[in-house]
Amino acid sequence: MKAGHRDHPNYWAFVLHRVSGVLLALFLPVHFQVLYLAIKKASAFDGFLAWAEMPMVKLAETVLILLLAAHLTGGLRLLALEFLPWRDGQKTIVALTGGISLVIGLVYLLNAA
Amino acid sequence: MSGDTLTVSVWRGDGDVGRYQEFEVPRQESQTVLDVVTYIQRHIDPTLSYRFACRVGVCGSCAMTVNGKPRWTCRTHVSKVAGDGRLEVAPLRNLQVIKDLSVDMTDFFDKWARAEGRFQGAQTRDDDFAQVSPDSPKRRRASAGIECIGCGVCYASCDVVAWNQDYLGPAALNRAWTLVNDVRDIADKQRLKAVAGDAGCHACHSQQGCVERCVKHLNPTQSIAGLKRATALAALKGELE
Ligand code: SF4
Ligand code: SF4
Ligand code: FES
Repeated sequence: MKAGHRDHPNYWAFVLHRVSGVLLALFLPVHFQVLYLAIKKASAFDGFLAWAEMPMVKLAETVLILLLAAHLTGGLRLLALEFLPWRDGQKTIVALTGGISLVIGLVYLLNAA
Repeated sequence: MSGDTLTVSVWRGDGDVGRYQEFEVPRQESQTVLDVVTYIQRHIDPTLSYRFACRVGVCGSCAMTVNGKPRWTCRTHVSKVAGDGRLEVAPLRNLQVIKDLSVDMTDFFDKWARAEGRFQGAQTRDDDFAQVSPDSPKRRRASAGIECIGCGVCYASCDVVAWNQDYLGPAALNRAWTLVNDVRDIADKQRLKAVAGDAGCHACHSQQGCVERCVKHLNPTQSIAGLKRATALAALKGELE
């Protein structure tokens, strides 16, 4: 049976929020590892910085920023939906959060390039 | 529309065991999906089971899954959903199938009871009519959700219902919210308690499948958001103990 009941922007936003949350959680240990290098092992950290200059790594970072922006704007959207008076046009708000995330990702990419 | 006939796949079976069976049904003007199912039962296979009563969108008994989406079949025109001349008709999701297209609605309505969906007033027939201004915010909030016909379409569209069997679901919570806003009702405390639990309003992920599909264009997500705030406030005041 087709799952036609999932075929709408608010559901996609829900999936994006879940997936970005899981991926960000998976990334956290790496983040802490780098923080540890920065504080404790200056030489290894320099090596890391050089590695981080590679284009592929920059691209991966942009994806990370995108995930973060999507998760943040999605979370703000949900908080507003649940704790502020209801507003119609929820799909427009979903589109807005998506747009803002893309802009943030793009700005990051341009600055990195 | 393709020519004069429709090819219709209909779910046949009891419980979870079954398969789709194909029928050819003559195309007619202004034909509804319910007309198609009725044609099959009256002219091709009288053993086909399905449910309907009013045929005009009032009773809420005719909901089925049509080409993958939950819909009220008596108000769904074939021309709107079967552009390519094909229809797939299945029972509603998230409910136990009794046979073919008829599902057991017991769980669905038991959950209305569990959400304290019954009006409880303090007045008797000897009292005067309650005066409720149509413009008061509470009356407006109640009015926004009151037209539910209990069809189960929202319930079938909700993934949280599929994931958590105990989740009260959009219709029952929407009903609870209309009563929370009914100034004549005196059972708010126990109602908020009933909907504040694990399987209540806070389980909703605001996916809005219910809003997308509600046949009466109601907004259960908005009602549930109202309950989330009301229960949070009640918890802060220590009223949910
Ligand atoms: S908004 Fe809540 S009740 Fe409605 S479909 Fe989504 S999870 Fe279910
Ligand atoms: S809220 Fe809408 S879809 Fe759900 S049972 Fe009521 S009328 Fe049907
Ligand atoms: S038969 Fe009554 S609502 Fe469809």
